[in-house]
Amino acid sequence: MLTKPRPIRLKGRSFLALSLAPELPFEDWLAGLDDLAARSAGFFLRRPVVLDVSSLVEIKKADLRELVNELSQRNVRVMGLEGARHSLLGPDMPPAMNDGRPASDFDPAAEDEIAVAKESVEAQEAPAVETIAAAGPSIQVTGSLVVTEPVRSGQSVFFPEGDVTIVGSVASGAEIVAGGSIHVYGTLRGRALAGTTGNGTARIFCRKLEAEMMAIDGFYLTAEDMEPDLRGRAVQVWLEGHALKTGILG
Amino acid sequence: MGKVIVVTSGKGGVGKTTSSAALGAALAQNGEKVVVVDFDVGLRNLDLVMGAERRVVYDLVNVIQGEAKLTQALIRDKRVETLYLLPASQTRDKDNLTPEGVEKVIASLKKAFDWVICDSPAGIERGATLAMRHADVAIVVTNPEVSSVRDSDRIIGLLDSKTVKAENGERMEKHLLLTRYDPTRAERGDMLKVDDVLEILSIPLLGIIPESMDVLRASNLGSPVTLADEGSAPSRAYFDAVRRLRGEALPVTVPGERRGFFGKLFGRKAA
Repeated sequence: MLTKPRPIRLKGRSFLALSLAPELPFEDWLAGLDDLAARSAGFFLRRPVVLDVSSLVEIKKADLRELVNELSQRNVRVMGLEGARHSLLGPDMPPAMNDGRPASDFDPAAEDEIAVAKESVEAQEAPAVETIAAAGPSIQVTGSLVVTEPVRSGQSVFFPEGDVTIVGSVASGAEIVAGGSIHVYGTLRGRALAGTTGNGTARIFCRKLEAEMMAIDGFYLTAEDMEPDLRGRAVQVWLEGHALKTGILG
Repeated sequence: MGKVIVVTSGKGGVGKTTSSAALGAALAQNGEKVVVVDFDVGLRNLDLVMGAERRVVYDLVNVIQGEAKLTQALIRDKRVETLYLLPASQTRDKDNLTPEGVEKVIASLKKAFDWVICDSPAGIERGATLAMRHADVAIVVTNPEVSSVRDSDRIIGLLDSKTVKAENGERMEKHLLLTRYDPTRAERGDMLKVDDVLEILSIPLLGIIPESMDVLRASNLGSPVTLADEGSAPSRAYFDAVRRLRGEALPVTVPGERRGFFGKLFGRKAA
């Protein structure tokens, strides 16, 4: 009798990973990373990390391999490379990844001028495209998560799908990770990481700021870097260029 | 069916054992049957604080492993006859506490006693999680300093997730017992103020136990402070806490201070 084997099931699933964009020279960048890791111990531990090397045009494969080794010595496990040229990839390197954005049709390295021209056109058109998308029939409803209890030390609220609203306080040693904005109707004492899926328009709002660390789309602000007169105030944080801006609410 | 109370804190040395003994003795003085269970296997202290260290024959681990009956391990207090102690083992390993064994012991204690007080070990490991697992009410013991407050916050999170009550979707009743409180040092800013602690932890306040030599003296005598010196400031604070535990709405005051001023300051409950 013939037995029919069960078909192997393959599923496409998306996962959330932290994306690190290293900069040259690597020594300085690694020193900066060490500094960040020292200030928020264990932040990279057990988290999948993707290296975004798209801005490193002139890097060689050997340099990249050394960087991956350096990172693994720091307990940062690189699960993939984003924006890597084919010449940088290999069986001994982390696999190539893309984050679901449409891939470019041509090699930007070969046609630099066209790429630049195209980018500037895109930049001008982008707002218009967004408006149309919002008004169109396929409205994407981003999720939201409302937590009506205080978030205690050691707890982690993880919601890459959208906004997180906490009706209560976020304790020291607690962590909110949101794909969208974070609203805290209480005191924010722990960490708040908004826009973690690459959403630079996300913001962080809290009624009383005592945070250990805040981040939007990978840009960090630790307690030491926050202006002292913001402490204890109702504050919002947003991203402007590559810098986090803070403002007092109300 | 009796009520199971866990006395927990996360941090060590804040007064869990002292408070377990004091609250147990205060509850038992009304004639209700009370048992205080020591969960700190390997570092037991409750027998010393209750003055029963020479009377321990069998312990919690013996009962769980079936080497002794519950009635053999229970020690009746010599001063208050409705007060009992179930000691922990000093020689056995913590791993001897099994979830099934603890569940069985707590279930039989609940049938025989009005109050079962579980004195949790410090930390968030096996002993502490098993001590809180079957509780109906939690008393979170906190000192007015930042590390104790943060550890208590962590424990409150566990109380809301790792207990049978939480897993059944019910709410665990939690109370804050602020111990070793020194009002003059708090006013100077050396200690966190009551309002600061309440703001961070946002659970109702059961009582404020003032820092006092009476507590240390009572512990060294092997007597809960509520038995050794009923009129002392910490004793009165523990008796008041017990009244609140029974559901009385009693404004919280710091004993030994003028009521008017502190009544205004503490005469309210958090969240």
